[in-house]
Amino acid sequence: MSEKIEIKKLNLFYGDFHALIDVNLGIPEKRVTSIIGPSGCGKSTLLRCLNRMNDLVEGVRVTGSIKIDNIEVCSPNTDLISLRQKVGMVFQRPNPFPLSIFENVVYGLRISGTNKRSVLEEVAEKSLSEVLLFDDLKDKLSDPALGLTLEQQQKLCIARVIAMRPEVILLDEPCSTLDPIATLKIEDLMQILKKDYSLVIVTHNMQQAARASDTTCYMLLGEMIECGETKDIFTAPKDKRTEDYISGRFG
Amino acid sequence: MLDPRKTEKIMFTLFGLATAIVILPVIIICAFIFIQGLPGISLQFLLDIPRHGMKGGGIAPAIVGTIYLTLATAVFSIPLGVFAAVYLTEYAGEHFLKRLIEISIVNLAGVPSIVFGLFGLGLFVIFLGFGPSILAGALTLAVMTIPVIITASREALTSVPKTYREVSLSLGATKWQTIRHIVLPNAAPGIITGAILGLSRAAGETAPILFTVAAFYLPYFPNSVFDQAMVLPYHIYVLATQVPGVSPKIQYGTVLVLVGLILIMNFSAAYLRAKFRKRKTW
Repeated sequence: MSEKIEIKKLNLFYGDFHALIDVNLGIPEKRVTSIIGPSGCGKSTLLRCLNRMNDLVEGVRVTGSIKIDNIEVCSPNTDLISLRQKVGMVFQRPNPFPLSIFENVVYGLRISGTNKRSVLEEVAEKSLSEVLLFDDLKDKLSDPALGLTLEQQQKLCIARVIAMRPEVILLDEPCSTLDPIATLKIEDLMQILKKDYSLVIVTHNMQQAARASDTTCYMLLGEMIECGETKDIFTAPKDKRTEDYISGRFG
Repeated sequence: MLDPRKTEKIMFTLFGLATAIVILPVIIICAFIFIQGLPGISLQFLLDIPRHGMKGGGIAPAIVGTIYLTLATAVFSIPLGVFAAVYLTEYAGEHFLKRLIEISIVNLAGVPSIVFGLFGLGLFVIFLGFGPSILAGALTLAVMTIPVIITASREALTSVPKTYREVSLSLGATKWQTIRHIVLPNAAPGIITGAILGLSRAAGETAPILFTVAAFYLPYFPNSVFDQAMVLPYHIYVLATQVPGVSPKIQYGTVLVLVGLILIMNFSAAYLRAKFRKRKTW
């Protein structure tokens, strides 16, 4: 199994606060990797290191190394634009722009200079099809995206990322504002998407990690406690702290 | 102890009264000007030049002058104000310089308008040699309007949800692309209404234009930005104090035209705001 992302001795500080402590992790290619752990353990922070979204926070300092396809992410010379085109991100709340459905999907393309109508239409259709929205929405692509249901909005946000042809998709608690049925549909979608993309999902929901991911990583207080095949983590965790968490003794 | 239900009633009555006291003078002034001024309004009054030592004819040059001056002020103040607001909201970090700029803006907004007038006289009219002209007047009014536009624009910019910026950046957009494609379009309604309100205040000012552009009497329309112009606020002052024997009809008519222009600007700002608020969905 080849590793898409290799994280070594990653440390992150918010001012004086040591948020990630010596994190080592390999993320496999074209699989779903979930990161679980109690609130404030650094899951989202770790995820946001992978596309350097932490740069937006003032006073953040990162040491260590993250390599995606052997290219260093943490270097000051990293081209953030191509990094973020390669590593897309889906956020906690569905957050389409207040634009039409079509314009949402092709936003990234337009930004990167593609304005040819036929190309945009083709990509929009392909991306929406991949997230199973195209058949429902093909006649209302010019409708406002904010009129969609939350589930559709979140799928649209995934389509917006897919339109950029990324290699990695980061999902930051993508189902936390969705109902259980919509949650399952997003999880099903992840199973389809992992054929083409490497997915990393941060989730509060242990069942979600158990259902939807191939690899599970457990974090606590900024440290990576354990990482392994999902079925192993949930049936035979090696670390006592992992066992406490997944058996519901805390968290 | 007083019955809370009664206290509630008393407090609401007090708040209502306070509101009425605030609104009443506005209504009375507007109604008074309207009643007194309306008989003076006619097509000739709006389209003709002042005649018979300003005791007859119309006020067309002053109307046109005011419109020119306001438009020129907009040309200078809106881009500068919006750019400065974008810089302060989106680019400037939390450092000493930013705080200094913020304090300056607050203080600039509090400078008495006559001081702006003298500043404009010194800088634009004399030092830069523009002479009394629409250019000098508009620049002076722009300096006065910019703090208003910056403040309104910053409010509009910060009201655009942070997540839009994050999403845009996460899709590989640069900061400027994010501002250009996401932040500014969503902030535009607030910026536009703020700008109109700032300009409508500038349109009614007398002190800043006194030495920089206002002409006592010019029976023609300005040809270029280097011309002096008649402007309504100053014309009202002239009619009231400098020319004896002008009929109240003409005086109130002129006031009504100025108030009308400003009200049109304010109402269009309110209309735009309401229209965009309805469309806003976050």
